[in-house]
Amino acid sequence: MLNTKTISELKVGYASGDFTPLEVVTSLESAISTRDGEIGSFLSRNLDAAVAQAEAADLSLPLGGVPIAIKDNINVLGEPCTCASKFLSGSYQSPYNATVINKLIAAGAIPFGRANLDEFAMGSATENSALQVTRNPHDLDRVPGGSSGGSAACVAADLAIASLGSDTGGSIRQPASHCGVVGFKPSYGRVSRYGLVAFASSLDQIGPLTKSVTDAALLTNVLSGHDKMDSTSLDAAVPDYTEGLEAGVKGKKIGVPKEYLSGDLHPDVKANVEKAIKALESEGAEIVEVSLPHTKYCVPTYYILAPAEASSNLSRFDGVRYGTRSSEVTDVLSMYENSREEGFGPEVKRRILLGTYVLSSGYYDAYYLKAQKVRTLIMRDFQEVFEQVDALIAPVAPDPARKISAGSEDPLKEYLADIFTIGANLAGIPAISVPCGTANVDGSDLPVGLQILGPHLGEQTVLQVARAWEILRD
Amino acid sequence: MAHLARLKLSEEEAQEFTPQLQTILSYIDTLNELDVEGVEPSAHAKPVFAAPRADEPGTSLDVSRLEQNAPAFAQEQIRVPRVVES
Repeated sequence: MLNTKTISELKVGYASGDFTPLEVVTSLESAISTRDGEIGSFLSRNLDAAVAQAEAADLSLPLGGVPIAIKDNINVLGEPCTCASKFLSGSYQSPYNATVINKLIAAGAIPFGRANLDEFAMGSATENSALQVTRNPHDLDRVPGGSSGGSAACVAADLAIASLGSDTGGSIRQPASHCGVVGFKPSYGRVSRYGLVAFASSLDQIGPLTKSVTDAALLTNVLSGHDKMDSTSLDAAVPDYTEGLEAGVKGKKIGVPKEYLSGDLHPDVKANVEKAIKALESEGAEIVEVSLPHTKYCVPTYYILAPAEASSNLSRFDGVRYGTRSSEVTDVLSMYENSREEGFGPEVKRRILLGTYVLSSGYYDAYYLKAQKVRTLIMRDFQEVFEQVDALIAPVAPDPARKISAGSEDPLKEYLADIFTIGANLAGIPAISVPCGTANVDGSDLPVGLQILGPHLGEQTVLQVARAWEILRD
Repeated sequence: MAHLARLKLSEEEAQEFTPQLQTILSYIDTLNELDVEGVEPSAHAKPVFAAPRADEPGTSLDVSRLEQNAPAFAQEQIRVPRVVES
């Protein structure tokens, strides 16, 4: 059962010679063949490449011989990168490695398995994937969350040791919460976005989904750092995030934003988060109530800015250089319009339309510029709060995973559930989801996540608080 | 709007999206409660300025891989429909 192990456990096992990377890859492949038929977390995998890399693995490297699943919107040279879209499926092969992939390979890791997602990462249930349904390993009738639903489900079902996801409005943390794994979104600029297919460039960030906080720290060590290929990546020193990880919370000031625990929360989610707050307090953390007064404006601000950026970013899918070109082409315009009509799914079209509208002449000031100003107010809320506290603690999502829907859900209703995760993207701060008990819904015990947020580049504090909770929980 | 977004929507899509987008836009209008007079807009959480990389020659992407991805390709060029009137 090597597939059930964590990264830390693999490192110990490799060092003592108990097992080899090849045995781990074989164990994962066997678990995937047995179970992924019903879960559907992977869109593709290249076993031959993984075996070759496992045989050649340099175990002296930080992630030597550790297989990592990759969300299918991150480019891996020579592999498909479908973004779960018909536009790219079957026709596109990455001509280069994303910087995070180069970093993983340099650290000895083995990219293995391409994880399902909402098309172009737009969604929160992985139901917007044009290619495949992904089911929650804890209840196969339910969604895994999204957009990194495949990345979360494969780790939860032990079909991967760990995975990479991307988070624009909660797309790492919310599926991690729904599937009962750790999901970490680092600060904006901490990790290079080069080679991540862009959704909303000012909000997107790559991060790890893992079985433990220690594994999240190990992966963040490798992923972080300046990249000349991403001008928004920060030229700031990268500390060793595993160092001082068990420093605990004694003397730390932790804020509880009152706006996050009022309102429409599932009672078990609320009770679990409150229990975690009490436990951290009993460990010596000073708990204070704080306010983020512009919280209710996060969702409307996000659903202006993210579609606006998406409508611009997705203009590159025009049928010219890669992906689908419609067969119904008479001139350039019909090539664009028919290729996009055939290639994009409904949620992607909705967001492109919304983004085009809010950027259009006559509406720009009323929507886009206004949202950018409100973003300033939301960022100030966080800045002011982090002058008082070291970290914030909150729920990840108001409810546990919902049932897989028969038809299409009401888009606005789905958007509103992003309320607790979007703030960290708008403010560019690090935030993690750590498993925090279960909620009982219709007889199913479903995972609940605890969110810990820190100031910009405050990854260390976030990971320390998360680790402290993990120790208390177990 | 669909034309501006270079999307050719079917009649059914237009019927489905119009009320959905109207609902979203009226929700977004809650931002009008806020007075943002004098507030600076933020395009990024942490703007990084003046970060051009050194202008050094280097290898670009492998043309054979680009050819593989292109819907139509000839003589190391991507083929597109005629764009200039003859």
